[in-house]
Amino acid sequence: MQTGDLTIILPEIVLSIFAMAGLLAGAYGGRDRLGPAMIWTTSALFAVLAAWIGLQGAGTATAFGGMFTDDAFARFAKVTILLSAAAVLLMGEGYMVRSDLIRFEYPLLIALAAVGMMVMVSASDLMALYMGLELQSLSLYVIAALRRDSVRSTEAGLKYFVLGALSSGLLLFGASLVYGFAGTTGFAGIFEAVQGRAPVGLLIGLSLVIAGLAFKVSAAPFHMWTPDVYEGAPTPVTAFFATAPKIAAMALLARVVYGAFGGIVGDWQQILAALSVASMFLGAVAAIGQRNIKRLMAYSSIAHMGFALMGLAAGTVAGVEAMLIYLVIYVTMNIGTFAFILSMERDGAPVVEISALSLYSRRSPTRALAMLVLLFSLAGVPPLVGFFAKYSVLLAAVDAGLVWLAVLGVIASVIGAFYYIRIVYIMYFGDEESELDAGGSTVLTGFLVVSAALMLFGLWNLAGIEGPAAAAASTLVR
Amino acid sequence: MTAQVLAFYLFAVACIAGGVFTVVARNPVHSVLWLILSFLSAAGLFVLLGAEFVAMLLVIVYVGAVAVLFLFVVMMLDVDFAELKAELARYMPLALLIGVVILMQLGMALGVWTTAEGVALAERPDSVAGGGDHNTDALGRILYDKYFLLFQLAGLILLVAMVGAIVLTLRHREYVKRQDVVQQMHRDPSATIELKDVEPGQGL
Repeated sequence: MQTGDLTIILPEIVLSIFAMAGLLAGAYGGRDRLGPAMIWTTSALFAVLAAWIGLQGAGTATAFGGMFTDDAFARFAKVTILLSAAAVLLMGEGYMVRSDLIRFEYPLLIALAAVGMMVMVSASDLMALYMGLELQSLSLYVIAALRRDSVRSTEAGLKYFVLGALSSGLLLFGASLVYGFAGTTGFAGIFEAVQGRAPVGLLIGLSLVIAGLAFKVSAAPFHMWTPDVYEGAPTPVTAFFATAPKIAAMALLARVVYGAFGGIVGDWQQILAALSVASMFLGAVAAIGQRNIKRLMAYSSIAHMGFALMGLAAGTVAGVEAMLIYLVIYVTMNIGTFAFILSMERDGAPVVEISALSLYSRRSPTRALAMLVLLFSLAGVPPLVGFFAKYSVLLAAVDAGLVWLAVLGVIASVIGAFYYIRIVYIMYFGDEESELDAGGSTVLTGFLVVSAALMLFGLWNLAGIEGPAAAAASTLVR
Repeated sequence: MTAQVLAFYLFAVACIAGGVFTVVARNPVHSVLWLILSFLSAAGLFVLLGAEFVAMLLVIVYVGAVAVLFLFVVMMLDVDFAELKAELARYMPLALLIGVVILMQLGMALGVWTTAEGVALAERPDSVAGGGDHNTDALGRILYDKYFLLFQLAGLILLVAMVGAIVLTLRHREYVKRQDVVQQMHRDPSATIELKDVEPGQGL
């Protein structure tokens, strides 16, 4: 170990030390009175770190004997993760204070989860992968159960924990089989050992690793926990679940399949394609019957992960680039949508029923319009940015010869459009006037309007993310 | 038959027997005791393999901490084991079927196990670590040097576990009487003790 290694993981070190210092300050100082200040500080630190990582020069560096890689792909994912986590933390502050959930540990656990996610996207060793994944997951289990007096929330935390532990077990078993074949846990070593025809034992290992990671991205058929956890967790936590951890898990999946198993593309391509089809259809069909908007967003995220997996399944540079662009657009849309959901209140109490949105457009035309733009974008209606996200993954799939997958994707997307547009219908042509409060804090309205505006004005050059995404994709795919 | 082979069969048989009796024993306390026997035999097997550090770890952590914790749980919680057993019997055929299927799948996968070219499977623990007189030394070297990052991350994970346990269970109660030594020492007797002159034959 050298100082050079520590320089490479400096952002992670800074964030960990901040979290530990914050814990000490909270425990010896102001306790939960520090909560709001802690949220703002953590959020600001996330933004600073994102800028720092984003402005680092190009190039690839590895640390700790190849366990940790800092390349364009990792930097792209880290900037997205940190910025979305910062946005979601800020959005949730008002809700947490009003529902008396403000604990100083909440932002610090998110900071530690962010450290885990940063390690995940940089991991180039099966052991580093697992450490990052567990650090992130363990923090998420705790914040899912943050509303500890509510049966729903504790159930969400427990369910997430048990299924998460199961998926970790699958992942570890798979990893040990891979290690048994390749004789090394480093991705570079596995890449060299695994070329051409893969033996049965290795294939079982590969499938188990992918199954374990599919749990984390909540791809069908490993999605069972998602709706319950999204519904039970406090809404700001749900908003967090739907954004940063999804990017981290998808980026990790991409790193594993390309970094370690890039020599047997055909073998994992079919697994990912099957996961993708199952997720897209399950997300589209199961969301139709939902009455609770948080459950609906859970199914929506399952469907979106299906589309992102389609980009990954293409097995080409263009596919990875499309997946990264898809994830960034997905996160932006979700931040806006959750800013709206967080502001759904009746007499100061949070509301999650979709029917409560009836004729919301009369009550608050601007916010209803912004939500309309976001929902159309989520559904993938042209000419909004969400359409181009879907278009790019479909194009990548067709170029890679997976025409059947692209056709199924279009069908699922049409089915899925129904429930998004149903919300728009309820907002504009519902039966009775909604009793929701018209307000919503400035922060929430700001995020909602900016996110909706990005869906409209991002059309020119996708806000400049194409260049970095292409650079990131080309460093990953060898 | 050398002493080593004899010891291996002794420990192996004790380990399996301990495992079987853990499952079939009627009294749950006996189950835990059989489990301890199984752990100890496994520790003996590790010593035979030359992994004395893992053997010590097994004795200290599993026998010393985990098994004692199990004993506490078994004795303190009022778990109806007869009911659990009945429940178990109901699902036994299905569980056996799944077990056999998994066993066969693993046999199929591991029976034809191959490794990539040029991969040598380590036979003894010290050949992995390289250097060091005994494997406690070698493990220490590898843990604090090569796997420094993983070691620190494991520390962070444990920190999260601790913070999580506190966040989810600690409640700050008001009106709890706590001992404050400084306050006790600085109490002024005249402010807290009142002397009363009681007349004989009269109460207060």
